Parts: sequence; C-alpha cells; structure tokens
Amino acid sequence: MSYIELKNVSYRYPLAEADALKNINYAFEEGKLYGIIGENGGGKTTFCDLIKGLIPSFYGGDLTGEVFIKGKEIREWESSALASTIGYIFQNPFTQISGIKETVFEEIALGLENLGVEREEIIDRVINVVKQLKIEHLVKNNPNKLSGGQRQRVAFASIIAMETDILVIDEPTSQLDPKGTSDIFEIIHLLKEQGKTILLVEHKIDLIAEYADEVLVIKQGELITNGKTSDVFSDVNLLNEGVNIPQIALLSNDMKEQGKPFDTFAITRSQAREQILKKGSEKICH
Amino acid sequence: MSLEVKDVSFAYPNGYVANENLHFTIEKGERVAIVGQNGAGKTTAVKLLNGLHKPTKGDVLVDGTNTKDKTVAQISQYVGYVFQNPDDQIFNNTVKAELEYSFKHSKLTDEEINKRVERAAELTGIQQYMDMKPFDIPYSIRKFVTIAVFVALDTPYLILDEPTAGQDINGINRLAELMNILQGEGRSVITITHDMEFVADNFSRVIAMANKRIIADDSARNIFWNNDIVAESNISKPQIGELAEDIGSDNKILFRHELLEYLTRL
Repeated sequence: MSYIELKNVSYRYPLAEADALKNINYAFEEGKLYGIIGENGGGKTTFCDLIKGLIPSFYGGDLTGEVFIKGKEIREWESSALASTIGYIFQNPFTQISGIKETVFEEIALGLENLGVEREEIIDRVINVVKQLKIEHLVKNNPNKLSGGQRQRVAFASIIAMETDILVIDEPTSQLDPKGTSDIFEIIHLLKEQGKTILLVEHKIDLIAEYADEVLVIKQGELITNGKTSDVFSDVNLLNEGVNIPQIALLSNDMKEQGKPFDTFAITRSQAREQILKKGSEKICH
Repeated sequence: MSLEVKDVSFAYPNGYVANENLHFTIEKGERVAIVGQNGAGKTTAVKLLNGLHKPTKGDVLVDGTNTKDKTVAQISQYVGYVFQNPDDQIFNNTVKAELEYSFKHSKLTDEEINKRVERAAELTGIQQYMDMKPFDIPYSIRKFVTIAVFVALDTPYLILDEPTAGQDINGINRLAELMNILQGEGRSVITITHDMEFVADNFSRVIAMANKRIIADDSARNIFWNNDIVAESNISKPQIGELAEDIGSDNKILFRHELLEYLTRL
C-alpha cells in the first residue's frame, strides 16, 4: 500500500478561472525523500497544502479525485489527527511564527500543547529539538525579534518537536547562510534515516540532487516529469521548463558533448569527484 | 558621487553592538554583494546606508551629505532599501498603489509618475499583478513589488536584502537582468545574499562579514578561494569551485566553462 496516494487529483481555488492542479496521479512510498521542484506559481505550494489537508478544508474551492494518506481518504481525516501525522514547515518563516508567544521555548511548545501532549514530555521534546537545531542560545528570546535565519530554525524546531511520520517542508532554508543551510539538510537527512517520509520543496537544486530519492517537477499545475533524481537531472532540457539543473549535471552534459563523457552521469559533487579522479588514474595507468 | 562608510560602529539603544569599524566606499554605478553568516550584521550595516540607523561612531556620507543631518525620508530619495521581508514593507491595497505611494509628495507630473511606475513594473515583471492585492500574490512576486517601488523612485543607490530568497530560476535571471539595466544607468546596487552562485555570476566585488565586522572586501574569486574567509563568514564556494578544489585544481576556478577547459586539457 502506498503511503500517500493521489488519484486523478484536480483542484481549483475559489473564484479562480483555471485549475491550480491538473489531474495528478502519484504514489509516495514510506521513508523516502521526495524533491518537489518547478517554477514559482506552478503549483508546488498548492500541492503541499493539499497533502497537508488544508485543501479544501481551509481554502475552499473544488477538489476532484482522491487523496489517500496512509490508506484513508483525506476528507475522512479529523484535522487534529492529520496534524499529528503530517508536519508542515511553511515557506515564509515570518508567517509560521505564531506571534503570540513571548519566548522561543514557548513557541516551540505551542504545537505540542495544542495536541494535548503531557507537560513533562513537552519540556523534554523542546529541550531535545533545540539541541538538535543548535538554538539553545535563543530559547529565552522573543520569537518576534529574531532574524530571518533564526526564525527559520525556530519554525523548523517547532515542527520537528511534533514528531510526525510525514513532513512537508516548503523551502526551509531560503533565509539561511550556506553553513546554516547545510546544518538544516543534515537534520532533514537524519529525519529520513529515522524513517520519516519527506516532501521537500526547494530551489537549491544542488541539495535536491544530493538528498532526494525521487523528484517531481510541477509546471502550470501539471506533474510534467518524475522519477529517480539521477534520471530527472540527466535531462538538461528541463532548463527550458523553468527548472534549474545542478551545475554538476550540466558539467556532466558538457563532458558528454565534448566527447569525453563520465562513465556515469554525475549530478552531485562527490559523484563528479569520483568520476574525475577515476579518469585521471586511468590516464596515468595507460 | 559615492556612498562612504567611515569607521562606523553601531550599537542598539540597549547597548548591543551590531557593527564594528565598518569602512568602505561604494562608487556610483558600482555593484557589490554583501555575504556572511546569519547574524553577522549585514542587515544592520545596510540600514546604516539609508539612515534607518545612524552610526554611534563614525560617519556615513551619501554623495557627501552626512546621514546624521538628514531624515530617513530625505535619504530614501537617494538610497532605496528593499526589506528582507516584503511584508514589512508593503501596506497598500493594490500593487499599483504600492508603487505610486512613494510619489505622494513628489513634484513630478502625473504623466511622469505613470511612466516611471509602468517601466518599473515592466523591468520587475509584475505588470500582470498591478491591480491585485499584494497579499494575494506569491511571496517571490511580492519581493519584486518591493523592488519595483525603488526602481520607480529612481534612487541612485539601491539596496536589496536577500532578493534571491524563494526565487526560481526565472526570478534569479530577472534580478540579474534588472541589475544590469540599473548599472547601465549609472545606479549602484548593493545586494545581501546567501546564494553563492548568484554572487559568482553577477558580482565582481564582494564584501564578506563575520561577527559584526567586514573581514574581506575583494573580488569574488579571491574571496571564494580564501578558505579562512569562507569558513569564518559561513559562506561556501559555488559548487563548481568546490569540485575544482576537491580534484586539486589550484586555478581558482569558479565557473563551469573554466572547469570544463581544465578537465578537457587533462
């Protein structure tokens, strides 16, 4: 059984003239990391809102087709049960922070309070997650006075603390420096190792190439391409669809066009490094 | 004509020191990227440039005028600052009203204002959103709305705070094109960004910050290939540069065509 399954799903926002999602069919498997990419306005965030159950319950509009989460149709889920199954990290950390809590500690605890978790356990989970995200120094600060990067980490912490099986993450690192970005991706990787199923929207294509098992490309509401990450990025024509391609994949393509292809098409830095060093040593041996 | 930052330090009223001894000059028509760790003081530093903050030590001169002698409203006619979070900046009911608002006290004719607003909308690619409510359009487009405000105002200096956050490849290309056009008109663009490929592709001069200070002011190539600076400012080389280092190239490679040339010569 698929973990999350979409069958002939189309969706139109209230008053909209066109469908925001068009006849999407896809089955997500448990424990995998899925990269969702494509140009802005193409439907990536709508897709996330759908999986999270915000469509149609919060936004209204017309949803056709079926969405199954762990075998149960999304319209049959209680919203509280869904909230403890799927965690959603918003695109804009400025939106996610509640604004009603005076300290970061309380902000992170807020979601757990709403789920009715025991007080002792809330404290334990918050302490763990602030360590994991390296934000111990922020716990007493006012969440409304944090920098963009700090807010992004706090938003992330408050969702990880919920310990949901599925995580939908919409551009978690847009405000972070490169070091902070790789810290977040280490955590995402760790969450995957723990067996979480992760749907990740991210423009930093190098990181998608490195961490995603599979990639879905959404354009104008349609799922135009999907497959194993290495297969999707070895087609450089995707550039014409408004999708960025990792520089390393473009390099692999350049080498191919120069008549000196790598043995395997590299899409990440470590793959390319291996290929280049291999080529180098072959040359010395001959 | 230039923006001069002379031995500037800044402390918030509560005593927290956010910038120490900043010293640099940005010439008319120059393009500079400011990079560095979260919390290094980048945003505070650029707020000193448009007078939102006044130095607690040292001086900031805009075309020779000290920011301490002017109001923020006066300085913002010269130095446009596009906020990191567009939602901190936008407050009008339509995108068009947002662009027109800055001309409220302007002596320009309506015709001239219309012309400028239309051009700004075109350059930032937001024409189709002009009659919409700013909060009904996507975050990445809202950012372009806030940029368009200052493009229309035609400030000689423009500061963009994290313009690449959340942008797709189309948005990044539009930003690059916009900066080229502004530079062609002799305007200076100062950009804070965490996107290292965007920096390498579009900026020859880079200022790296760490711990409240400027730790380097140099070409992109020299900064990315100085590992001490990269580590101290929490930045990274663009991926092609990292790969070049992995395979032992010492040619300070940053771009794909350079690496390709190196590899095909091997």
